[in-house]
Amino acid sequence: MKKFFNKIGERLNRISSMKLTLLAVLSALVVGAFIIIISDVDKLKSGDIAGAFSTVGSAYWALVVGSFGSLRAISNTINSSTPLILCGISVAIAFKAGLFNIGATGQMLAGGMASLWVGFSMHGPGIIQVPLAVLAGAIGGAAFGAIPGFLKARTGAHEVITTIMLNNMMAFFVLWLLKTNLFQREERTDPISKLVSAEGKLPRLFGFLDGRSDLIAHAGFFVALGVVAAYWWFLKKSTTGFEFRAYGLNSDAATYAGMHVKRLTVLAMVFAGGIAGMAGAAEVLGTYGYASANFAGNIGFDAIAIALLGQSSPLGTMFAAILFGALQAGGRQMQANSDVPIDLIVVLRALIVMFIAAPLLVKTIWRTKSATVSAGQTFRGWGS
Amino acid sequence: MSIAVDTTAPLLSLEQKKRARNVGFSLVFLGLVSAFLLAGRPGNAGFKLVDSYTVFLPAQPFARALAVALVALGAIQLFRGFGKWTNVVLAIATGTFVIAFLTWAASGGSFSLTGMLQDTVTRSVPITLGAIAGILCERSGVINIAIEGQLLGGAFAGAVLGSLYGPWVGIVGAMAMGVGLSAILAVFAIRFRVDQVIVGFAINFFSLGLTSFLAQRVLTPHPEYNIVKPFTPYAVPLLSKIPVIGVVLFTQTLFVYVSILAVVVSTWFLYRTRWGLRTRAIGEYPQAAGTLGVDVIKLRYRNVWIAGAVAGLGGAWWPLGTVGRFDQNITNGRGFIALAAVIFGRWHPVGALTAALVFGLSEAIQLKMSNLDTGIPSEFLLMAPYIVTLIVVAGFVGRSRAPKAAGQAYDASK
Repeated sequence: MKKFFNKIGERLNRISSMKLTLLAVLSALVVGAFIIIISDVDKLKSGDIAGAFSTVGSAYWALVVGSFGSLRAISNTINSSTPLILCGISVAIAFKAGLFNIGATGQMLAGGMASLWVGFSMHGPGIIQVPLAVLAGAIGGAAFGAIPGFLKARTGAHEVITTIMLNNMMAFFVLWLLKTNLFQREERTDPISKLVSAEGKLPRLFGFLDGRSDLIAHAGFFVALGVVAAYWWFLKKSTTGFEFRAYGLNSDAATYAGMHVKRLTVLAMVFAGGIAGMAGAAEVLGTYGYASANFAGNIGFDAIAIALLGQSSPLGTMFAAILFGALQAGGRQMQANSDVPIDLIVVLRALIVMFIAAPLLVKTIWRTKSATVSAGQTFRGWGS
Repeated sequence: MSIAVDTTAPLLSLEQKKRARNVGFSLVFLGLVSAFLLAGRPGNAGFKLVDSYTVFLPAQPFARALAVALVALGAIQLFRGFGKWTNVVLAIATGTFVIAFLTWAASGGSFSLTGMLQDTVTRSVPITLGAIAGILCERSGVINIAIEGQLLGGAFAGAVLGSLYGPWVGIVGAMAMGVGLSAILAVFAIRFRVDQVIVGFAINFFSLGLTSFLAQRVLTPHPEYNIVKPFTPYAVPLLSKIPVIGVVLFTQTLFVYVSILAVVVSTWFLYRTRWGLRTRAIGEYPQAAGTLGVDVIKLRYRNVWIAGAVAGLGGAWWPLGTVGRFDQNITNGRGFIALAAVIFGRWHPVGALTAALVFGLSEAIQLKMSNLDTGIPSEFLLMAPYIVTLIVVAGFVGRSRAPKAAGQAYDASK
């Protein structure tokens, strides 16, 4: 009976945490509206306050329509979410082991280039080539992710610094690779890669609808969902997952309990890198079909916000990634429909993270009574 | 507690041994690079020092001599060790190696060494100021990952207010913007006890998003808000007449002088004043300081605010010290480099300045290299600063000791 009540209490807690998330999103939208209005210099100068307000309406409406308003919008949301889910899990798994993986961008680039190589040098059959290319992406990312893990384990070099440096190095390395004969597309002088062969592309999700070439969502989404499930299993059921959590929560206790800390550090970064590498593979094999110099974009950094927002839990991270993906897809529509630049999305994301991280603030603003939700500490200082 | 202290003593010496070995291997490695790569190009390299005087160094013999010296030094380090002179030897060896590299790159041609060094100092400014902002925060126990955001905010405010009301107002505005952004960090981290890294990252995003948004929505249709007259270099009387050094150090914009001043003042402030002592105390063990009557919360607020002003000033360097305008993401990750400089410089302003100069030098070298035909793809030169940082952090800095309470919210009741 007591157990039953505990469970109900847990549920209620979760609901209020949900409410808090919604309030945080709402707060972010309010601040965003304020920013849209005050930046409308021309309308404000001419005294057209109503016009400035109506811009907010049309911008936010475009945000909704662009993310969920049509099949095409949903496809765009799925497409934007796919790499965000994968990179979000990559950052989250490192957080669980007490590591801060800023290197998802570089790992994505490494994995993407590895999968690209398989993608254009093989010519089918797809059933072999596609999984092989995704695997190559995972291996490429894992190998690149292993470097900061190894450096941390061996020398104590902090992963925040090493991953930032490795990101920058990888960006230039990819730029160079894209100009080599191996990767550069024939008869091109700019850094752009060969095309992935037709059999090697990740199949389109809505491929059964003939003639809808605008539905770009691809099977990488299922890969991402699979990784979420695997991450859940890993945390809850596997021994190594337990060790990760133990080490992340209290490294001294974990060491004392006989866990092999150096091994865990390297392993966490290998997993994180591998998953981020799959995100690179999904972008190259699914979204683009080739690689350009910055195919990783800002996804690796967005992923940090996503993992924080989802508190590194499997489902939380997934929903946070879908929210961010929807904002991304809607943001493009917003930029096209109204004259509000897509950069507003970055502001909204930052505000959401801030409000989520400070439940006390949201509670004071909205005068709500909900259970205390702590964002938890992700970072224990610069020491090892 | 005492047991912990006892066990760390032998561990530390083991690590020192490891580090000494790493230094030895690095010296040998540099020697081999010098012998097999840098000695590959005949011809003289000209380094123009002043307009009328150019030094010529023969590239090949220089690299060969250096190779022999480096391998010998490495061997001595591996077998005997230089002890407390290790860092000095390493610094001199690395410096000479850089010269050999430049000689190799410029063999058969010439370039202005003085110009390159001047560029080095100029480019180190935002990194130095950003790093000082980081140090002031972290010494008081607040991790400042938002340096990038503060620099970017400062650059934006500096450009807009500088365009509207002149460069001096631009500087004040940039500092105010830095304080504003750091106030967010302060309120969230100190008042609401939110994880400092989360807030810091959120501030970076917020600043990047907001400045990009406003640049596109306001500055693009109104270019008159984004054109500012940058400060011109000011030649210090007398001192600027010294050959080479006069140009490198004393014919610079205001920003260089201010950043050097900032290093001196912050060092003095941290190590010679009561405020500094208390700042360091609350960064190490706030509970103890709090028990002795130090107002931890207030002191942390103040340090974070000052840090924001310093970072904002560093951001103003872009519009007011160089290009005269703001562009989206103009800082391009320099705030993270500054963060690396904080750790690289072991939370000391002078160390941070050194690190910033190293970054500035590699940026300046890479700019010069793109004009010289070396056969190295430019991408690899662009990678160089990051590789250097990686090697230095992994090989020589290792587990540098951060302020102990950095990252932890202060709760007086604990």
